[in-house]
Amino acid sequence: MELWFSEKHTENIQFQIKLEKQLFSGESDFQRIDVFQTIDFGKMLVLDGVIMTTERDEFIYHEMITHVPMAVNPDIKKILVIGAGDGGTVNQLIKYDSIERIDVVEIDKMVVDVCREFFPMASSFDDERVHLFYADGLRFIRTVQNEYDLIIVDSTDPFGPGEGLFTKEFYGNCYKALNADGILVNQHESPFYEGDAMAMRRAHQRICSVFEVAKVYQLHIPTYPSGHWLFGFASKKHLPEPHAERWNMLGIQTKYYNTNLHKGCFMLPTYVTDMLKSVEK
Amino acid sequence: MVEQERMPIYEALKEYRNNRIVSFDVPGHKQGRANTKLTEFLGKDCMSVDVNSMKPLDNLCHPTSVIKEAMDLAAKAFGASHAFFMVNGTSSAVQAMVMSVCKMGEKIIMPRNVHRSAINALILSGAQPIYVDPKMNADLGISLGMTVEGVRQAIEQHPDAKAVFVNNPTYYGICSNLREIVKMAHEAHMQVLVDEAHGTHFYFGENMPVNAMAAGADFAAVSIHKTGGSLTQSSLLLLNDNVNQDYVRQIINLTQTTSASYLLMSSLDIARSNLALNGKAIFAKATQFVEYARDEINKIGGYYAFANDIVDKDAVYAFDITKLSIHTRRMGLAGIEVYDLLRDDFGIQIEFGDIGNILAIISVGDRMQDIERLIAALAEIKRLYEKSPVGLYDHEYIEPEVVLTPQKAFYANKVSLPIQQTEGCVCGEFVMCYPPGIPILAPGERITKDILDYICFAKDKGCLITGPLDVDIEYLSVVE
Repeated sequence: MELWFSEKHTENIQFQIKLEKQLFSGESDFQRIDVFQTIDFGKMLVLDGVIMTTERDEFIYHEMITHVPMAVNPDIKKILVIGAGDGGTVNQLIKYDSIERIDVVEIDKMVVDVCREFFPMASSFDDERVHLFYADGLRFIRTVQNEYDLIIVDSTDPFGPGEGLFTKEFYGNCYKALNADGILVNQHESPFYEGDAMAMRRAHQRICSVFEVAKVYQLHIPTYPSGHWLFGFASKKHLPEPHAERWNMLGIQTKYYNTNLHKGCFMLPTYVTDMLKSVEK
Repeated sequence: MVEQERMPIYEALKEYRNNRIVSFDVPGHKQGRANTKLTEFLGKDCMSVDVNSMKPLDNLCHPTSVIKEAMDLAAKAFGASHAFFMVNGTSSAVQAMVMSVCKMGEKIIMPRNVHRSAINALILSGAQPIYVDPKMNADLGISLGMTVEGVRQAIEQHPDAKAVFVNNPTYYGICSNLREIVKMAHEAHMQVLVDEAHGTHFYFGENMPVNAMAAGADFAAVSIHKTGGSLTQSSLLLLNDNVNQDYVRQIINLTQTTSASYLLMSSLDIARSNLALNGKAIFAKATQFVEYARDEINKIGGYYAFANDIVDKDAVYAFDITKLSIHTRRMGLAGIEVYDLLRDDFGIQIEFGDIGNILAIISVGDRMQDIERLIAALAEIKRLYEKSPVGLYDHEYIEPEVVLTPQKAFYANKVSLPIQQTEGCVCGEFVMCYPPGIPILAPGERITKDILDYICFAKDKGCLITGPLDVDIEYLSVVE
């Protein structure tokens, strides 16, 4: 017998991973949550049928969403992470002794509970600097002003519970919640397939209308549609240039991120640059 | 089976579909086969029940079987003695009730802030309106409900009036003292007609203001499609005991289509069953959403989402708490400006914006995450666009001077004049912002400077002004 997980990347394209077994399946108030043991990717978290993370390739996503802003401003002390219930993002952040406080706002407590059970990286939530809030991100941030050095939006796709985290009102509220040094990094979808690309253009357009600096960088995630993925980097004044020497002095261990890649990942393919330009004012 | 679980029209349509009847009748699309594009768009299931009246499916003009049964079930669910399914909107229900009680030249007492459909009914019937000042809340810039005292005076001064027409609740959620108005009107042998277009939930929710049938009104026009879940354009006309339903049916048939849509009628049937069985829970949930949103919006500052705090037991006898009405002028923004920003910048469509307020319709179909988006977008609009409230139009109730009945003015010989030259003339047409569709000017009313100023201001702020022959509202038709 063969057990396969499949996810539609588009109406006509399907991605499949062979499974060893199913470890968990449950329905929360917000979404369906599944955890599988795969043959080649270790454990895999799936929300509403969409792969969120696997043990094998999570480092790419989580290193790139954290070390890029941390190298731009190594003085970051207070961070808000929205989403990220799998613990991977926080697991990278706690490598920095200089960070004083990490607020994590995850809408779905069941995701955190399930990840604590199956993914060792979720034990990062136990770090004493981490404060977990189970709330709607949009709601949490609405009343916050001039508070954070960095906001990381580690969200699902803009269909489902993550929808509100791709809206203009959300980005505007993030701007308000950041201090003058503030940086926003967000999961920015993919440029390749039309459905993802539409969400990507829309997000870029909205972020551009709110932030002084709005750039996009790329990474490669084998289990995401097309493999070609983007993150957004927005700020009130910081350009996305790394303090390479300072960051390298920290001696933080990574498998994907390095300060040379940091400079390179903002160099985008022409079709992506064109797409971004088409929505910039 | 609980009686309200039955859905006679729905059941008959399903049976019709299962019987695979070969149709050599209209509609010519023949279950959609003749219009593949439309079928692809709306779906085969939908097209297959877009059918004509026939024996097993009854006929809305003369209901004897499944439509009659469905209407009887609706009457029971709403506590009425009879219910008519209406397929041309609540406008047609309002017109039917006015025309059922008023003939040419007869008087009807009503507040001036009625929907245009009520004044249209006066044009059709030739009835004469006796307007009662609905009172204004000057602070919010909205008109309220008729006071008991106002109605009493109108009844005393016009004992020959045939009926009292009540707007309950208004678009903004304001209710009048319906029980007392019914009592006074009945003592004076007048009938009570209630435009309950925004009040479907009064029949099913808990802790709601009294509904028209329970208050003893004779007629009520109820827009099930607004908050009750049926398809747009479907509606109910409810009658109480002492109304002659056969005469009302004749009146309805004067203007009603003879090809009533089964999509609309089945949606009424299914919505009625759902409301009767689950209405309490449905409106409890919607109320919970609205109360949360109202509290959070008031915390933003600058906005004033009003509710029971404006109840004065007089012109605001009660408030419909399911309405999310928000006053925006304290931030220096007209409601219509916030309405446009929400749609253009944030992709959020609300029901309407007028000079000083916006209204969002919340129903059980909403999701908490969408409510959060609305609140967050309002917070952003305040952060980005707030300005001084100085210089925003502050308007009072403008007592209309009715020179001619709406019908006489509408059919009179008219000339078209540039709008600024019309002061002092008698208006020959409607002028209104849509929504909410409450006329600023109705046919037969004297045009004053105040009214012209108001029209210019509303136009300037971007309100969609409708009614006049001249769609650009540069000219008005006035009576010669």
